[in-house]
Amino acid sequence: MTEKKIRVLVAKPGLDGHDRGAKVVARALRDAGMEVIYTGLRQTPEMIAEAALQEDVDVVGLSILSGAHMALAPRIMELLKANGQNGVKVFIGGIVPDEDMPRLREMGITGIYGPGASTDDIIKDVREAVKL
Amino acid sequence: MSLTEPILAGNRLSISRLLTQVENNTVQGRATLADLFPHTGKAHLIGVTGAPGTGKSSLVNQLALHYRKNEDKKIAIVAVDPTSPFTGGAVLGDRVRMRDLSGDEGVFIRSMATRGSLGGIAQTTASFTQVFDAAGFEIIIIETVGAGQSEVDIARLAHTTLVVEAPGLGDDIQAIKAGILEIADVLVINKADRPGVEITERALRSTLELAHPTKRVYRHHGQNMSVAAAESEAETLWIPPINKTVSTEGKGIAELVESIAKHAAHLRQSGDWAARDRARLRSEMDALLREELMRQFHENIPPTKYDELIEKVFNRDLSPYEAVQSLVDGTVPHPNLLTKGEGTPFPIEGRATDEGEENRRIDVTTSSS
Repeated sequence: MTEKKIRVLVAKPGLDGHDRGAKVVARALRDAGMEVIYTGLRQTPEMIAEAALQEDVDVVGLSILSGAHMALAPRIMELLKANGQNGVKVFIGGIVPDEDMPRLREMGITGIYGPGASTDDIIKDVREAVKL
Repeated sequence: MSLTEPILAGNRLSISRLLTQVENNTVQGRATLADLFPHTGKAHLIGVTGAPGTGKSSLVNQLALHYRKNEDKKIAIVAVDPTSPFTGGAVLGDRVRMRDLSGDEGVFIRSMATRGSLGGIAQTTASFTQVFDAAGFEIIIIETVGAGQSEVDIARLAHTTLVVEAPGLGDDIQAIKAGILEIADVLVINKADRPGVEITERALRSTLELAHPTKRVYRHHGQNMSVAAAESEAETLWIPPINKTVSTEGKGIAELVESIAKHAAHLRQSGDWAARDRARLRSEMDALLREELMRQFHENIPPTKYDELIEKVFNRDLSPYEAVQSLVDGTVPHPNLLTKGEGTPFPIEGRATDEGEENRRIDVTTSSS
């Protein structure tokens, strides 16, 4: 009767208020048959990790346009691990300079998407990363 | 590794993992649920329902804050949002209104999608409450999907059902219709700082006055929740109080919590607490039985046969009733018995073929011409 669904937390850490991208992605993932938990604006890394824990998500999508990704992303990764959620795949969407990308990937960020990224690619990558 | 022990100890990751397994109906999930079941039956289940946009999530946020601050009780929140009927996906957005609760170890919020259920909650919502109950959460708040008029399953699950209204949503005719208002144990007019709050209150109050004091019997799925007259004079009846709140500002929350506590006390005193528990478990068993029988049935029938029958129904050679009857009997109706296009009844016991039905058919044709 029931089947496993991919559960995704879409969160906006930090202080910028541009949530259009996060909403577009949330909607696209919904239309791809996933269950998207949307947490809204101005989340701290602690709030995001807590929500990821309570919701037992497979994927966390972070929307960051403030330039603070090098501070926020490592903290979130650290908290997810501290909670025992090592298997959670983390994606980032927003404005990330090319030179930061290798370091983010090193930290274990699965995918990074900038302006113009296609939602089809994001859906494909999420599905591949989770492999349900 | 068994999740039972860590869950009884309140381990949050284990709780979360089990909820996923329960939602996906895994074998391990069901086994753990069975282990936990003897530890359930302690929590107060509070249902919160109402139309979309009446402020259910914000109200739940305030209720939980109040309980945490004043009563130091552990709170679990199950927030249900709808699944898309087309893609099976969902956006679960109730957490957006509950950010005040983050960082508190005594609160656990879990969002869930309906996954095709129509009654305002998901099929596994009841099991979720059992997990939280066993894990030591004393109050479990269940927020339904934005409900219209007939999403009333929450009344079968919760001990106390809050129906949330807001000013400007309809007149007193809406208020006397059957359905959602009937299931209220406590009525809440949220957004009570808005114009029109007096009109809403008057409409709700007149509804309550129209109603004769009745005792509700909570039946399981597929049957009506019947009402019966009070058995004795001494039997006290619960008249739903009307509470006005402004959840964005936390106004009226203390009074609402008091109404909820009074209702719980009433349930315990009148014996309704046990009656509701029993009704809930019955409805859960009914649902499980239905599911299991369906599963077994489909296991024993070749899928091709099922498809063949669907084809026959599609071609109007068989009615859906006849098709199902033949599946249950294990017989396939003889094609000679069927006269296509005229709706000739296939002789099945218990099917009405009397004059009344003939008349009804004629009525239908005349009225549509």
